Amino acid sequence: MIVRKTDRIIIQGITGKQGTFWTERMQEYGSNIVGGVNPKKPGIVHCGVPVVESAKSAQEDIGFDISVLFIPPLGVKDAALDAIHAGAKGLVILTEHVPVKDVMYVLSAARERGVKVLGPNTAGTVTPQECFCGFMPAFNEKIFLKGSVGVVSRSGSLGTLVCLNIVQSGFGISAFIGIGGDPIIGTTTLDAVKELYEFETTDAIVIVGEIGGDMEERAADYIANLSKPICAFIAGAAAPKGKKMGHAGAIVMGNKGTYISKKRSLEKAGAFVMSTPDQVGATLKEHLKV
Amino acid sequence: MNFNEHVGKSLLAVYGIPVPVGEVVETVQDAVAAAAKIGPVVVKAQVPIGKRGKSGGVRVADTSEEAKIASDSILGMAIGENIVKQLLIEEKKPIDREFYAAILTDATSKGPMVLFSPYGGVDVESVEGEKESPMKSINVDIRQGLSSVSVLKMLAELDLGGIEKEIADIILKLYEAYLAVDAELLEINPLGLCGKQLVALDCKFTMDDSSAKRQKELATQCSPEQLTDLEKKAKLLGLNYIELDGDVGVLANGAGLTMTTMDVVRNYGGKPCNFLEIGGEAYIKSKEALTFVLKNRKIKSLVINFCGAFARTDVMTEGIINAIDELRPDLPIFWSVHGTGDKEATKMLKKRLGVEPLSTMDAACKAAVVAASKY
Repeated sequence: MIVRKTDRIIIQGITGKQGTFWTERMQEYGSNIVGGVNPKKPGIVHCGVPVVESAKSAQEDIGFDISVLFIPPLGVKDAALDAIHAGAKGLVILTEHVPVKDVMYVLSAARERGVKVLGPNTAGTVTPQECFCGFMPAFNEKIFLKGSVGVVSRSGSLGTLVCLNIVQSGFGISAFIGIGGDPIIGTTTLDAVKELYEFETTDAIVIVGEIGGDMEERAADYIANLSKPICAFIAGAAAPKGKKMGHAGAIVMGNKGTYISKKRSLEKAGAFVMSTPDQVGATLKEHLKV
Repeated sequence: MNFNEHVGKSLLAVYGIPVPVGEVVETVQDAVAAAAKIGPVVVKAQVPIGKRGKSGGVRVADTSEEAKIASDSILGMAIGENIVKQLLIEEKKPIDREFYAAILTDATSKGPMVLFSPYGGVDVESVEGEKESPMKSINVDIRQGLSSVSVLKMLAELDLGGIEKEIADIILKLYEAYLAVDAELLEINPLGLCGKQLVALDCKFTMDDSSAKRQKELATQCSPEQLTDLEKKAKLLGLNYIELDGDVGVLANGAGLTMTTMDVVRNYGGKPCNFLEIGGEAYIKSKEALTFVLKNRKIKSLVINFCGAFARTDVMTEGIINAIDELRPDLPIFWSVHGTGDKEATKMLKKRLGVEPLSTMDAACKAAVVAASKY
């Protein structure tokens, strides 16, 4: 999901500590926050926007396109379904530890209505100088300078570091899409690569993946035919087998989800796979004629 | 979250799937008493990993004397990383045919998946790899549920000797159980045809970790993870710590960045001695985190790698500096600090520790690897 200045955004869970802090950051950046949801506090004004009792009333009273969820794990299913049924075009689910059964349910409902879902367990998405959703340091120009490199990352912190390296090497970011560290997520690596590729300002794409699952392998099948250069870094080469490395999705089971499998698939498809993320600048310079 | 066979089987029984009569015991004496009651039995090690049979953890005992010998040899044996402390003493069933049935969470279709094979048993995975895999599957839309029509359609492609309806009934019950217990995997292998009855002869059950909060009672029955003492203590504090066998300590925020720091250490010829992330809400626990990293006796140098997004690097850095003041670790530490709050963090490091962070993560990791080799 690439967010734009014109997208009308609501925050479900706007009145909480994190909800408040990051709503203010998004507003400062220029994200078009039009309202918030808290079933217990309808009628108040928070962060300068009206708070209503549900996404449904937000759609009726205000109108919105995207909802960002600052909601505890066991509340995510209901909140997300509320937003989907209210006609949201996109959801950004930041919450970690949402039960997988709830995630499957939400994604099924979203699929039926053509709603894009980012996450769960994502740090969000940034379109420099336009809009950001989530808890990314978009406002830091050393990290999110506007430019031509599209970045997709399963991890927020590592994605941030990669963007920093890109900017330090003289490039900028067209859009950053954080897809989240859970095993089952709405927008996959493949979906994000497609969106970044089709985004007019993107000249090159950086895939920041990690061990576990087969999302990078499936993205590889698609990138083989693309005309823009693709670089990739896969985290977890040094991780022991069978252990969850912080992210619920980052685990190697048997021969599935290994670093080697991902690296080979991406290289076979013509991507440049880096051995450390600090090499991203040099790799881009080599393959991206500016 | 993994569970032993007997927990899985008791769940199956609740959902109406027949299981053999059995008793869970922890001593040879109780094993013999159970066998005396039940008759010819199978003595099964209760550890949450596959291939127990191949490791000698499953033995048939037709008499009490044999049950004594079997349980005596299995109790206390090591299977993988697990020491056998529990046995399931179960009635021995005459098996006419073995099937495989499972429901699992499928990341590709983002929904539950039914798996069924007309050949069950220990080597079901390798049968799957053959030219024509007999394994059949159904992708389920969780909101639609699993219909008996789709199950029967799948089974109709196989030669099952006229018990399709009975098998479908088991699969539908298995699906119901899978949903109710927030399973990640609920597997019956083998599903035995014993005379005219289908019986779950083994059960593998893995629960979605994120559901533990709403499956509290069940979660207490999970088989404990194989953790080191340090890992156990860290877990109690809500820290994600994994002990490794290298000598370069790693402390970073966020799972992706922490994994990457380990990778970069290895890329420069070093070996990480731990994984420890203080991302998410844990980012304020810097002091506890440092304490754990230093407790690892193999540690010779340390790389601290912060890149702030949600987490503020100044908050984490302040926590670490306070911890350093208190713990006074005697080893070289190398910093890489970027992102939210990095200016304040850098200033703090200069003022209080008289050190400057290195310009890149690569530089910090490289320096830590060199320092560890000289130590």
